[in-house]
Amino acid sequence: MIGLPLLYSLAGALFAAVALRSSFDRSNARRLGNAAFWGLMALSLLAGDRIGDFGNGLIVLGLAALAGFGLVGRSSPATTSELEREAFSIRLGNRLFLPALIIPLTALLGTLAYNYTPFGDAGWIEPKRETYVFLALGVVLALAAIFAWLRPPLLAPVEEGRRLLDAIGWAAVLPQMLAALGAVFAAAGVGDIVGGMTRAAIPDGSVFLTVVVFAGGMALFTMVMGNAFAAFPVMAAAIGVPLLINDYGGDAAVIGAVGMLAGFCGTLLTPMAANFNLVPAALLELKDQYGVIRAQAPTALLLLIANIAILWLGGFR
Amino acid sequence: MSTLPLIGILIVVAGFALRLNPMLVVTAAGIATGMLAGMTLPEVIAAFGKAFNDNRIIAIVWIVLPVIGLLERHGLQQRAAAVIRSLRGATTGRLLLLYLAYRQITAAIGLHSTAGHAQTVRPLVAPMAVAAAEAQGPLTRDEVDRVKAMAAATDNVGLFFGEDVFFAIGSIVLIQQVLATYGHDLTPLQLALWAIPSAIAAFVIHGGRLLWFDRRVRR
Repeated sequence: MIGLPLLYSLAGALFAAVALRSSFDRSNARRLGNAAFWGLMALSLLAGDRIGDFGNGLIVLGLAALAGFGLVGRSSPATTSELEREAFSIRLGNRLFLPALIIPLTALLGTLAYNYTPFGDAGWIEPKRETYVFLALGVVLALAAIFAWLRPPLLAPVEEGRRLLDAIGWAAVLPQMLAALGAVFAAAGVGDIVGGMTRAAIPDGSVFLTVVVFAGGMALFTMVMGNAFAAFPVMAAAIGVPLLINDYGGDAAVIGAVGMLAGFCGTLLTPMAANFNLVPAALLELKDQYGVIRAQAPTALLLLIANIAILWLGGFR
Repeated sequence: MSTLPLIGILIVVAGFALRLNPMLVVTAAGIATGMLAGMTLPEVIAAFGKAFNDNRIIAIVWIVLPVIGLLERHGLQQRAAAVIRSLRGATTGRLLLLYLAYRQITAAIGLHSTAGHAQTVRPLVAPMAVAAAEAQGPLTRDEVDRVKAMAAATDNVGLFFGEDVFFAIGSIVLIQQVLATYGHDLTPLQLALWAIPSAIAAFVIHGGRLLWFDRRVRR
């Protein structure tokens, strides 16, 4: 069965190749730092299941130290110039979009075909992972198409991947670090403490104010944890179930669904949700690492108000 | 109950506010929280390592980078910009409004991993949005950044407020399980149905901002 181990190996091979090329890059004064950083990521992806929890913990400490003490630098692998790219764009025309569309289309059509035609009945892909598998297949197909058509140098995929990966830098690893922090917070009982404090802040008897504290608490605690999934069980246990559903007779489907979405408004506002907010800022090479959050803030605040209204009007009809 | 583990949250908030390196901030917060809750240092390191290993699926998306880089090498961003320049009446706001609808609809039918910041925003959506804005006149570096940031924001809003309409997604399952432990049994469909009003609100609010964004860029 095709599943996560194969995908981890694929990503691990990419990181290993990037680490190897980094170590030979004389134009980058911090080349050994880059090589170590991407090498540790390769080790985690290729051998993470065999080195034990403490071994993985040491990888995390190594990554944090390399990134945190400025030992990872920006590289400049050989690529084409702005002028050459304009010339390619004119010469190749709109056909350039075809290989770009291979990845999303393979993921889209593959997922649909696997779930809604007999093609998926054999169960040859790990359940719930089919989109990732077709994404990887799309990458392989796109690489084959590009090589057949444009004949780039053999090492170009690694070098171009390294160019982008080094541009993103440690932000590429931060989302995984934050997910790990969330697990440590949970083990330390942070959720119970926050739930108790929120409950103490509730004014007695007002359904509307309780709804506001529930939705606001979801958004705020999501901002702290970086993830609405971590906030929902806490807020549901503190306010949603005992007060809104049991005492005030609110509709459980509305309280649950819209409560979670109030949390998503918090996700739009926090650097803790790094893969949605900090990674694109790095990927798009913005000057302000909080630029994406700034662009989202008005939408998030207005949507939080909308969700409070939906909770109140829909939940207590 | 002791409130000492909350010091970890303070470290995170202070660290992000002071713009210290987030990798160090997160590590420090994790170690402080774990030890204040009574874990030993090796236990905290192991807990961190296990959770990091369990979340490796986040790293898989980076396998698209060699393809994106190769296409950029052959002028993909320039081509995306050229197409937008050739369209009459294409503005940043209208273009992003179309992408918002596409992202919400595909996420709502369970295809949330088919687009994203690495797969679609950097190679296609952001250069198109910038080209559409430049068609109205030259942009400063800050204005280019604002347009790109809005493209990324549109991807996030479309994803977050589309995916819960699909009933077989993690967050719906989580809501169902949490409420079931308190004796409130719901079907995923009931929950997904109540994600629709918020999805419409997100389209109206963010879509309105996108059309308004055109006026601001034009000035």
